[in-house]
Amino acid sequence: MDSQKELPMKWGESYATPPSFRDRLFDKAFRGMAYIFTTLTIVLLAYILFEIGGKAIPAMQKYGLNLLVSTQWDVNQNIFGILPEIWGTLYSALFALVVGGVFGVAIAIFLTQDFLPHKIEIVLKNIIEMLAAIPSVVYGLWGIFVLIPIIRPFANFLHAYFGWVPFFGTELSGPGLFPGALVLSIMILPTVAAVSQDAFRAIPYKTKEAVYGMGATRWEAILRVMLPTASGGIFGALVLGFGRALGETMALAMLVGNSNQISLSLFSPANTLAALLALNFPEAGTTEVEVLMFAAIVLLVITLVVNVVGQLIINYSQPGGAKR
Amino acid sequence: MTSHTLPTDTIVKKPNFETQRFEGRALQSYILSTITIVMAVSACLPLFSVIIMLLYRGGKRFSMEVLYALPPTAFETGGGFGNAIIGTLFMVGLAAAISVPFGILAAIFLAELGPYKKISQICRFCAKTLTGLPSILAGVFSYAAVVLVMGHYSAWAGGIALSLLMIPIVMLTAEEALKMVPKSMKEAAYGMGCTPAQAMMKVLLPVAMPGILTGVFLAVARAAGETAPLLFTALFSEYWLQVNDPTASLAVLIYNYSGSPFENQIELAWCASLVLVVLVFILNIASRALGQRKK
Repeated sequence: MDSQKELPMKWGESYATPPSFRDRLFDKAFRGMAYIFTTLTIVLLAYILFEIGGKAIPAMQKYGLNLLVSTQWDVNQNIFGILPEIWGTLYSALFALVVGGVFGVAIAIFLTQDFLPHKIEIVLKNIIEMLAAIPSVVYGLWGIFVLIPIIRPFANFLHAYFGWVPFFGTELSGPGLFPGALVLSIMILPTVAAVSQDAFRAIPYKTKEAVYGMGATRWEAILRVMLPTASGGIFGALVLGFGRALGETMALAMLVGNSNQISLSLFSPANTLAALLALNFPEAGTTEVEVLMFAAIVLLVITLVVNVVGQLIINYSQPGGAKR
Repeated sequence: MTSHTLPTDTIVKKPNFETQRFEGRALQSYILSTITIVMAVSACLPLFSVIIMLLYRGGKRFSMEVLYALPPTAFETGGGFGNAIIGTLFMVGLAAAISVPFGILAAIFLAELGPYKKISQICRFCAKTLTGLPSILAGVFSYAAVVLVMGHYSAWAGGIALSLLMIPIVMLTAEEALKMVPKSMKEAAYGMGCTPAQAMMKVLLPVAMPGILTGVFLAVARAAGETAPLLFTALFSEYWLQVNDPTASLAVLIYNYSGSPFENQIELAWCASLVLVVLVFILNIASRALGQRKK
């Protein structure tokens, strides 16, 4: 071997040595650091809960659960209530879940059930994922100047002819729950689509062959076999999308109208917890900050519960998923 | 024995797929497919609409001036957002400087040093929970933990808020990338007498690097577009970057100017969106290219 000639070694000498002291020290330090940062992740989550919770304690003592059920918000008189925000958060997220969920699952079916040649599938998948890459503030800007002018005539038409339906009870005068929630559904669509696609891809190929072998049409196969088999993963995807919709801030802060009211109407202005925080934090006084911290802890608890549930569903519904 | 002879017409008659398409089960399948195709295509519409509007309204205003000038005051014409670009770069850079070592070291532990230990499972669970943390709560946390302690809004607080959002992405993608490294390579390294640290640094990390970078790029792209956590940690400023003072960022500039009554500022918001989206897309495509090469 050539390489052996180049090495000026005498017989019996060797480059193989046990790790030197420095090597062992470095190894210890390296492993220690890895361990520390792993622990730190856990500490970090606990610290986040502790910081936000700790800052909310004064407001909890002062207002207690009243804050959660009161609807007034008057900074000058120190009257605070976040019920309209809780309502708006859940309402907008539910709307986004329905729209984004239906579209997301439809796309997942479209991209996994051999409708398209593989190459086009990948292109379309990337396009959908690009939707998620656009920052929410850009969606907000787009919503103000493009989306609202487009949907306003449509919304006012619905109000004029179907005003008796509670969902169309008011006119859309500009920002409102509907444009906000619509953008929200665009933003959760990629999440739902991606996770549901994983669920569909996890179905063994033989299942599909067996179903088609029995003479099922494409949609009989999808509706009776694929969807039920993937339902656990899809359900998890929907819950994760719901969690994202609950916490999304900018699109709603810019489009939802920031009005402290509870209304079933889709077209009336509303508010959400995240938007409330974004809009009121920068100019808040001491008491208001405490109240906002309370609102933050409410939002944190809601989103944590939803996310944990979604994660658990996905972990236990996929074969081999529970191990990770 | 009539049952053994097949009726001849079923053998001769070939199914006519053209008419079958409009009958019963086939028709249902056909209609549902059409609906799905329409839905999939219409889901892409917002993306195209956003891109066209950005090119149209943002491209109109774009010039080299916007990249280095300071933001205009209300009635001024011209101006740009040079300070916001610097601010975004600084804060995202700070966030990356915190989250990349943090995420990779923790991922090494999760993937190699103790994948099945109790602490790894808890850590993985916490990281996944952190992925779902609403971005505004990262801001609230950073406000409570940094702004209130330092006593003023600053670029540091903004960077720390962003790093919270990046850590779980970097960690989880790096863990996946490390797991993809063939076991035999690691075993060869150990067989040569490497210490675990040497095996990681010299073999595992270099091999997994494309996958890790994918996660880092994705995390940076996400952080660059985040607005909510910066609203009350970095705030906004009309001046050049000073790390201990309120700092401008592209995202907050878009938010502030989108509600402005002045046409010049709205145009700048569109232009800043164009710059931001181009930046984010480049990072995304780069990460995707790396991810593809890995396979």
